[in-house]
Amino acid sequence: MTAGHDLAVIGGGLIGAAIAWGAARSGADVLLLDEGDIALRAARGNFGLVWLQGKGLGHPDYMHWSIRAGRLWPELARLLTEETGIDPEWRGGGGLNFCLSEADLAARREMIARTADAGGEIDIRLLDRAELRALAPGIGPEVLGASLSDLDGEANPLLTLRAFHTGVQRQGGTLRSNSRVQSLHPMAGGGFRIGLADGAELPAQRLVLAAGLGSETLAAQLGLTLPLRPERGQIVVTERVAPFLHHPTNTIRQTRDGTVLLGSSHEDVGFSTGTDIATIARLCNTGARLFPALAEARLMRAWGAVRILTPDGLPVYDGAPDHPGAFVVTCHSGVTLASVHALDLGPALARGRLGPAPQTMRSSRFALSPD
Amino acid sequence: MRFRRIDPAPSLAHQIHFEGTPIPFAEGDTVAGALLAAGIGTFRTTPVTGAPRAPYCLMGSCFDCLMRIDGAENRRACMTPASNGMRVERARGPRPAGEERMP
Ligand SMILES: Cc1cc2nc3c(=O)[nH]c(=O)nc-3n(C[C@H](O)[C@H](O)[C@H](O)COP(=O)(O)OP(=O)(O)OC[C@H]3O[C@@H](n4cnc5c(N)ncnc54)[C@H](O)[C@@H]3O)c2cc1C
Repeated sequence: MTAGHDLAVIGGGLIGAAIAWGAARSGADVLLLDEGDIALRAARGNFGLVWLQGKGLGHPDYMHWSIRAGRLWPELARLLTEETGIDPEWRGGGGLNFCLSEADLAARREMIARTADAGGEIDIRLLDRAELRALAPGIGPEVLGASLSDLDGEANPLLTLRAFHTGVQRQGGTLRSNSRVQSLHPMAGGGFRIGLADGAELPAQRLVLAAGLGSETLAAQLGLTLPLRPERGQIVVTERVAPFLHHPTNTIRQTRDGTVLLGSSHEDVGFSTGTDIATIARLCNTGARLFPALAEARLMRAWGAVRILTPDGLPVYDGAPDHPGAFVVTCHSGVTLASVHALDLGPALARGRLGPAPQTMRSSRFALSPD
Repeated sequence: MRFRRIDPAPSLAHQIHFEGTPIPFAEGDTVAGALLAAGIGTFRTTPVTGAPRAPYCLMGSCFDCLMRIDGAENRRACMTPASNGMRVERARGPRPAGEERMP
């Protein structure tokens, strides 16, 4: 029997790739398996925010884990750039969540108070219109203010993913594309045989399931209940314009190159990744209310991608109780959490542990409460 | 490289204005066609590095021929039919937005 790789990571999206890179950096021999272009890949269609303000209200573990991710992102960006030559274009400087009504302002005030009550180590303050104008002079007349947090940031999600993939290979790991995993077979005496759709079988000592929406059925083979549902988000992109926005915000981003992204919708439309005119128009409208000058910018393209949601919206970090060495990871903010996945979780999983991943995020919570 | 019209005797009765210079065009010319025939090599400079660019695909998909046409930013010169008196300028770097346009 061949022992195979130390660790097989199933799914080369943002979560799997981050974990694989982190594990490979800590010395493990890693195999990263990814499905082909037909797969649903949130990692290639997301908005690119490293977003912390408002995360984990009512769930302090998630709040603290996310805040830790925010603090680690600058380090992640530095390491990826150094080790792969690919700069993920991380930018901090504080995130703005715009308020267009008194109700919005009240909601942000409450969010700030609840974050402080939970002991969140993040600075969030409410800016009035005058203070906001000092940071973003182009805001429209309807914008009343914004909440500003010190730790929020943004990254280029495609470059981040490419840096992880490159990093895995630089560390001696193997990236195998067009490799859809179909079956998982625990072996007597430990380890797993991983069955691919093309009939190949690959052995590995440990495995991590990080296949996005594809994880649900694979997790069931390991005896884990992982109910996941898709939620579509559409994003609109304009032509490049001179820089006018120097902060990440909840609904609009301007990249280093000047491109403006407007996003994103939340739609329950199954696995469709299409777009529709009504949603595109609404996103454009919001953009022009926030920054009236955008009304003149030309729309370049729009796309849809599906989020991966658990019933309670929280991440899952779990090991299969009956199959030591098999783990599952999913979350809905894979850009934000990429830093903790790479730097904290990857090295722990390489040693067969969940490490610092919060205990309250096991999947057993779904088995206990059928809904 | 210099482009040459295949039609040996085009009727060049009308003109567009390229940064103040009159450029004749033939019936059916696009803005890009008229400018290339007149020997104009640089259509724009890029928003990111400022590098000069010229039309590449001439079929609307590469966006390397972006120009300011009759005051509208970032028009594709290869997709815009030339018309008499049209005012055409190079797109220099990023189009203005935000604070530059704001009161
Ligand atoms: C519109 C939108 C906007 C978003 N905005 C943000 C944001 O601003 N900030 C943020 O933090 N997050 C954001 N997200 C979420 C983020 O994109 C996801 O959290 C992240 O991509 C999840 O990564 P993943 O690896 O779980 O899934 P994916 O990125 O979907 O990757 C799953 C991978 O698994 C592979 N796979 C699936 N099944 C199999 C199989 N059987 N065998 C082998 N491989 C398989 C697929 O090929 C795919 O590459 C957004 C998502 C969407 C849709």
